[in-house]
Amino acid sequence: MKRLLVLGAGTAGTMVANKLRPRLPRAVWDVVVVDQEPGHHYQPGYLFIPFGRYRPADVIRPKQKYLHRGVNLMMGEVDLVEPELSQVRLVDGTVIPYDYLVVATGTTPRPDQTPGMDGSGWRTNVFDFYTLEGAAALAERLSSWEGGRLVVHITEMPIKCPVAPLEFAFLADTFFEERGMRDRVDITYVTPLDGAFTKPVAAKRLGGMLEERKIALEPDFYIERVDNERQMIVSYDEREIPYDLLVTVPLNMGADFVARSGMGDDLNYVRVDPGTFLSTKWDNVFALGDAADLPTSKAGSVAHFAAEIFIENFLQYIRGGEMTHRFDGHANCFVESGGGKAMLIDFNYETQPLGGKYPLAVVGPMSLLRETTLNHWGKLGFKWVYWHGLLPGRKLPVPTLMSMAGKTPEIAEIETREKEMTR
Amino acid sequence: MSLATIADREVHVDEEGFMTEYEEWTEGLGEQLARNIGIEMTDAHWKAIRFLREDYLAQGETPTLRRVTNAGGIPTKELFELFPKKPAKKMAYIAGLPKPAGCV
Repeated sequence: MKRLLVLGAGTAGTMVANKLRPRLPRAVWDVVVVDQEPGHHYQPGYLFIPFGRYRPADVIRPKQKYLHRGVNLMMGEVDLVEPELSQVRLVDGTVIPYDYLVVATGTTPRPDQTPGMDGSGWRTNVFDFYTLEGAAALAERLSSWEGGRLVVHITEMPIKCPVAPLEFAFLADTFFEERGMRDRVDITYVTPLDGAFTKPVAAKRLGGMLEERKIALEPDFYIERVDNERQMIVSYDEREIPYDLLVTVPLNMGADFVARSGMGDDLNYVRVDPGTFLSTKWDNVFALGDAADLPTSKAGSVAHFAAEIFIENFLQYIRGGEMTHRFDGHANCFVESGGGKAMLIDFNYETQPLGGKYPLAVVGPMSLLRETTLNHWGKLGFKWVYWHGLLPGRKLPVPTLMSMAGKTPEIAEIETREKEMTR
Repeated sequence: MSLATIADREVHVDEEGFMTEYEEWTEGLGEQLARNIGIEMTDAHWKAIRFLREDYLAQGETPTLRRVTNAGGIPTKELFELFPKKPAKKMAYIAGLPKPAGCV
């Protein structure tokens, strides 16, 4: 019997196990998934919880239910991977040998890594929204908040779903507007990047959207600590930004066992080939989804496209063949912009998000980099697609590799930034 | 990609002025690149730049600020004093390396 061992039953792990199970003969292959939490969280839904649009119960379902029959789910916490021995040790002492390993344990917010962040103000006037508990606590706080200085803050890149903090700021603007208290709230968006987003064309468009909503932008802010007494965030170059309510995205890190096992970079992400996800060190270890050190966004869409490539490659690889498919870093996401609208971005390792149209079967073309109501419905409808199409491993009507069809290159808009750097 | 003349030498640079050929860089060029962005190199500056060069060779990518602190042993606070405001970008520029990829 051969064993494929998948660590983590999140988006990437579930998809891979479900897609591979029917293609690996049961008499020969055992597919085992290890996870420590029974609930599968629809993480894109966290964004809507602080504003009372979703409740926590709306985003959780049992993991077991979403794994195909024939996939063995084992509950347990990983202590160590021993790649030289091709085995995994769990905290309870269980040892699981494998023929092939897929690390899909994702990335986690770590407020403990920034001095003062999880201090006396934690979940009183300092909140995260990338955990269910954080999003729910923030919903409670916002429901009775009387206004003041709201600071939306990113600690360090990379973070899971890099557009979510922007969406949070846009939705907050709408939320306060609807409650008739927008004039009593100052919103500041604080980022370590040099603009609203990572890539120039999208950064410019999203930066404009912040401006239209009177949300102040504070770029190049690299946080040193949270000063709970004075209610300020302080940067390494000693800038101080006061807050009444701080909504922060803490440092994101891969699982600690990755570091203990000597498999990770400085943030515990597994070093892999960006085209095949094969470990740069071990020839029977792969990492998928947020757990890998890929130079693209950490997002469910990336996990999805990456899984499609991985499956075909893996079936070639275990038969001794060469892996002929290469991932291009394809990511796409809806960016909720408030007021019942959203925009869509689509990009990869080489091509930044551009304007134009995104061809899509049945519902018709969606607008890229432009706010529309259809994109908003696309965003909300994706929840259904996630549970019923994506996780079960059904083929979705979107291309795995990024396509230039419908896109408008705007290279002329990219300004040389050398001058800016010297300021 | 285009050619630029730095300290009387022709080198390959990208559209933001970052050098693209590892082998074309010399410490003399580094000094000139630093001057271009208003930095006068000292021993402390060189310690960081030399770490970047070595780490790039070993890892195949420009180290992030976090890595310069963790593996290079230079406190982040000091990096902000040496290379004000945008240390990761400025260090990569002076060291003749691609912009760090953390920004995705």
